Amino acid sequence: MTAANLGFTTEFYESLFEVADGENIKTCLQCADCSGVCPFGYLMDFPPGRMIAWMRAGILDEMLDTDSVWMCVSCYACTEVCPKNIPLTPGLMTRAKEELLLAGNIPAELQSALEFSQRYGNPLGESPRKRAAWAEDLDFEVPIMRKAKRPVDVLWFVGDYASYHPRVQETTKAFAKLLHKLGIDFGILGPEENSDGDSQRLAGERGLFEMLAEKNGKAFGKYEFGEIITTDPHAYNAIKNEYPQLGIEYPVRHYTEFLAERIEEIKPLLKGKGDVKITYHDPCYLGRANGIYDAPRTLLEAIPGVELVEMSHNKTTSLCCGGGGGGMWLDGFQWEKGEVRLSDWRVKEAVTSEAEVMAVACPYEPPRFEDSTKTVSGADTLVISDILELLIEAIG
Amino acid sequence: MANIVAIVKMVPDLVEELEINDEGTGLDRDWLRLIINEFDNHAIEQAILLKEREGGEVTVIAPETEGVEDMLFTTAAKGADRMIKLAGDFEEGVNNHALAHAFAETAKNHQPDLILTGVQANDDLDGPVGPLVAEYLGMPYIGYISGVTLEEGRAIVRKEYPGGLIGEMEVTLPAVLGIQAGEEPPRYVAISKVRQMMKTAEIAEAEISELDFSGGISAKRMYLPEAAERAEMIEGDEEEIAAKLISIFKEAGAL
Repeated sequence: MTAANLGFTTEFYESLFEVADGENIKTCLQCADCSGVCPFGYLMDFPPGRMIAWMRAGILDEMLDTDSVWMCVSCYACTEVCPKNIPLTPGLMTRAKEELLLAGNIPAELQSALEFSQRYGNPLGESPRKRAAWAEDLDFEVPIMRKAKRPVDVLWFVGDYASYHPRVQETTKAFAKLLHKLGIDFGILGPEENSDGDSQRLAGERGLFEMLAEKNGKAFGKYEFGEIITTDPHAYNAIKNEYPQLGIEYPVRHYTEFLAERIEEIKPLLKGKGDVKITYHDPCYLGRANGIYDAPRTLLEAIPGVELVEMSHNKTTSLCCGGGGGGMWLDGFQWEKGEVRLSDWRVKEAVTSEAEVMAVACPYEPPRFEDSTKTVSGADTLVISDILELLIEAIG
Repeated sequence: MANIVAIVKMVPDLVEELEINDEGTGLDRDWLRLIINEFDNHAIEQAILLKEREGGEVTVIAPETEGVEDMLFTTAAKGADRMIKLAGDFEEGVNNHALAHAFAETAKNHQPDLILTGVQANDDLDGPVGPLVAEYLGMPYIGYISGVTLEEGRAIVRKEYPGGLIGEMEVTLPAVLGIQAGEEPPRYVAISKVRQMMKTAEIAEAEISELDFSGGISAKRMYLPEAAERAEMIEGDEEEIAAKLISIFKEAGAL
């Protein structure tokens, strides 16, 4: 063992203690539940359990020459099952990606998403001036804070994919219509909003995350509002759990919590459209990362004629769509490694559940799952809808 | 141990829609967002790869425009040794003849063995920068380069030709090379490293002589492509469409 590899391993090991509950790593039993439950664990040179074993042997520097850590989709499956409550996702796996990134060992696909985020404030490489362009064809105005110049009850943090992705814009418009219908006093930041940065952080770019958070913090600080609501579980996670560590503290809720609280107000608006079997996919950053399982189901069950069925993996065991932790920007890389798509696996489960609709609550999901319905056998009639779209449809 | 100078510029970022100025002679620069010329970014990567492989020093020179400091700090984080911005009135945009004079004047002071620059840029109205700099400095120029090996007093370069052909040639140093693509794609540097450079690295400012626009062109009119109704939709069944196509081709003299 050389001093160099011991040096890296020791420094890396000690840096893990800085994460909340980080010292739990000392108690790892090497049970390998983490590596087994990981949806891509079988493709990794260093799944979490092995990473800890090599760390204990003082030779973890060998990980720096491999690239399969980039298969980690930060889905919290490992963290959820760990019997010793080791923060594997926010600690070990994220720190490992940070080290690979610093060593310049980064897939080209990911590089452009990070460069776009830095330059344009969104990973899609779209014009920051057009961040609110999705609202242009609505028949009412979506207030932009800079122009509205008044306090609002709800500051809606729209997020990247919800702002720019043509498919997800449909969900975004559905939420705007719902807010409008419910008479909620709300506003958006428009071009002043930047990416929440959470997936960039989980893809190892801590500095970029901090830069984006600071920009959003500055924008939040300019306006008066009661609370922040977002349709994006990744933005929700960032603003709720990460921004406060940077001194950016605001109350924030996901739209499912916000609407579930108003369910009695919404129910009379919902008209039945006949019986429909719906299954719900728990997004990683709503479910496992933040424990929100009931609010989305409450909303779905409020729609007349809906029969809610569960897939075999649900709630804490939900399967990742493949988009987390940088996965949104690593489709080609993931395919090269395994020739599999996590979204296909999930859509197969939805087909088995005999649901006609798979409901989702995260902007990463509609495009990923819809792509899978085109290739998975028996999925061609499966409809992928955000809960918001189902609510707006039921309101008619 | 080569002394390598990369001369680079910021160009209009096409992520935003371009607007024409009130005079109708150029871009409205008030709303323009600038980004490093992609080919120049490859030139920087090639310079740093050469330094890593063969030793030496890399100096990056760029005219002072919006965003140039962030770009230069990023190149420092990638491994550039010296960053220089040309102090002058570049914000309104200058032609490449004037820019090449300024580059040549400053680069000369560093006694470069090799000057690397992007082979072209989206705002080159009067030819690319590289050959002009080479002319002003009396150095040889080779463009469309995608690989460089340094030897004593000379460089072996790979030049790209259309149709997938590669030519390998030798050039006596000092020389100017127009880079088509670096041997590796431009690397990513963590923002934390760039931020560190912003605190520790220094960007030198080079005074230049009055800008000399001679030899360049001046745009008389700049305008967006104009839509015209020149397309004719041919209707009918397959036979009718085919017959109509043949008569059109005959009329045009193509058949």
